[in-house]
Amino acid sequence: MTNPSLFEKIGGEAAVNAAVDIFYRKVLADKRINQFFEGVDMEKQAAKQKSFLTVAFGGPNKYTGKDLRDAHAHLVKRGLNDSHFDAVMENLGATLTELKVPADLIAQAAAVAESTRNDVLGR
Amino acid sequence: MPRILFDNQEYESGPGETILDCLTRHGVPAPHSCRSGLCHTCMMRALKGTPSGESQRGLKDALVLQNYFLPCVCVPPGDMSVVLPDAETFRTDTVVTRLDRLNPEIIRLRLARPENYQYRAGQYLTLFNADGVGRSYSLASVPALDGDLELHIHRVPGGVVSGWVDDRLQAGATVSIGEALGDCFYVPGRPDQPLLLIGTGSGLAPLYGIARDALQQGHTGPIKLYHGSSTPDGLYLVQELQDLALKNPGFDYRPCVSRGNAPAWTVRARADDRALEENPNLAGWRIYVCGNPDMVNHTKRRAFLAGASLSDISADPFLPSLP
Ligand SMILES: Cc1cc2nc3c(=O)[nH]c(=O)nc-3n(C[C@H](O)[C@H](O)[C@H](O)COP(=O)(O)OP(=O)(O)OC[C@H]3O[C@@H](n4cnc5c(N)ncnc54)[C@H](O)[C@@H]3O)c2cc1C
Ligand code: HEM
Repeated sequence: MTNPSLFEKIGGEAAVNAAVDIFYRKVLADKRINQFFEGVDMEKQAAKQKSFLTVAFGGPNKYTGKDLRDAHAHLVKRGLNDSHFDAVMENLGATLTELKVPADLIAQAAAVAESTRNDVLGR
Repeated sequence: MPRILFDNQEYESGPGETILDCLTRHGVPAPHSCRSGLCHTCMMRALKGTPSGESQRGLKDALVLQNYFLPCVCVPPGDMSVVLPDAETFRTDTVVTRLDRLNPEIIRLRLARPENYQYRAGQYLTLFNADGVGRSYSLASVPALDGDLELHIHRVPGGVVSGWVDDRLQAGATVSIGEALGDCFYVPGRPDQPLLLIGTGSGLAPLYGIARDALQQGHTGPIKLYHGSSTPDGLYLVQELQDLALKNPGFDYRPCVSRGNAPAWTVRARADDRALEENPNLAGWRIYVCGNPDMVNHTKRRAFLAGASLSDISADPFLPSLP
């Protein structure tokens, strides 16, 4: 028997879908970072949040470190830094807590997200 | 192996190959980003053939009903004909059956519904003037209730198409229209879900269609319609909507006036403000917002922050044409 992945344990695609609305709502309401998420096209923004959550949950995706670097390069130019990264981590944790995901799985998701810090911040 | 028809060319897909991979292998430039069914950049629509279930996961119900899908995760189950959402060129001719005025600035245009013309109340179509200039107008008619297609056209100063409709068009004339598009329509399946409809000006057109469609389909949950205008003159179909509210206890109609004196039968407020004040918790609701683009985008965001799920918000900003 293979061990279920973190993605499967958190609840897979359905968990991502449940988390998108909650996470995006938190981010839009968070004055520390909402300037990065102001795009008028909310569907496109939400689809990107879904990509983000799938990566953080260790789900199937084809994003490389370089892709994450490229995707955030225009934000780094606008001043994206560690404090913003920390705020996103906080919103991620709060979202998963709200969805009643067990603490050890939240810690694992946080570790996956944390591992992308240097790529996201373009260092 | 299944064959894919795209842009008038047929491509044969390989074993287990997705439609996106098949097109790119043949050198066809198709938009894409994540290639994992997440980002929706590559979204297409199937005109023939059925997309795989996996390729429609995570799409809004309204898009699924119209056969939209994600080619990056779609291994075609059989032959398919697919298009990019903005590459649709379907056009058909029809006849003006009636023209009248709903208020000093808004004209009601009724067109014979062409045979086999599929649409849902609240979607929009492109109306072409005699020179082939096209503009989008939303459908106020309901396929199950109305024989004709009904549009509410606000005459804008110097408007190429709205001016042509008002000055030139007469009953009996032939006009050209495109197919019905967009995801602003009533989705059956959750008859007790509360519906919030917010519109300004001719933004009432799709909402008038959606409200009547929902009632006609046996919707049991509350339906609240807020129609706003800067002056009482700008409100229209008032009698019809008041009658509809009398006949249907679940349906509420709130005509709103945002400037000057408001008569007793109206509310002195902006429609969007009043709608959100009276309904501050929108978790579980379905929202429709149409009309002035700034109002629509602003209200969409407010409704989302008030708890509505993004997949339960349908919004059509009536954007002006780009020069
Ligand atoms: C999805 C969608 C659905 C729509 N549904 C409807 C509908 O149901 N009913 C309806 O009336 N319109 C609707 N519109 C708007 C419509 O498509 C046209 O933009 C509008 O009728 C103006 O076209 P025109 O050719 O008359 O004016 P144009 O020749 O395109 O514009 C003339 C001038 O008027 C300005 N202008 C354009 N719109 C306005 C406005 N609203 N107020 C003031 N000035 C303006 C332009 O910038 C330009 O300077 C919809 C738009 C979209 C995108
Ligand atoms: C925690 C680690 C992070 C991961 C794993 C991550 C992942 C992603 C992914 C996969 C995308 C989609 C890229 C695409 O397909 O176009 C994306 C987009 C985006 N991310 Fe992140 N992200 C992270 C942190 C952040 C932070 C800290 C911010 C800002 C505060 C941020 C803001 C954005 C924005 C605004 C977009 C959309 C960009 C656009 O408009 O194209 N992200 N992110």
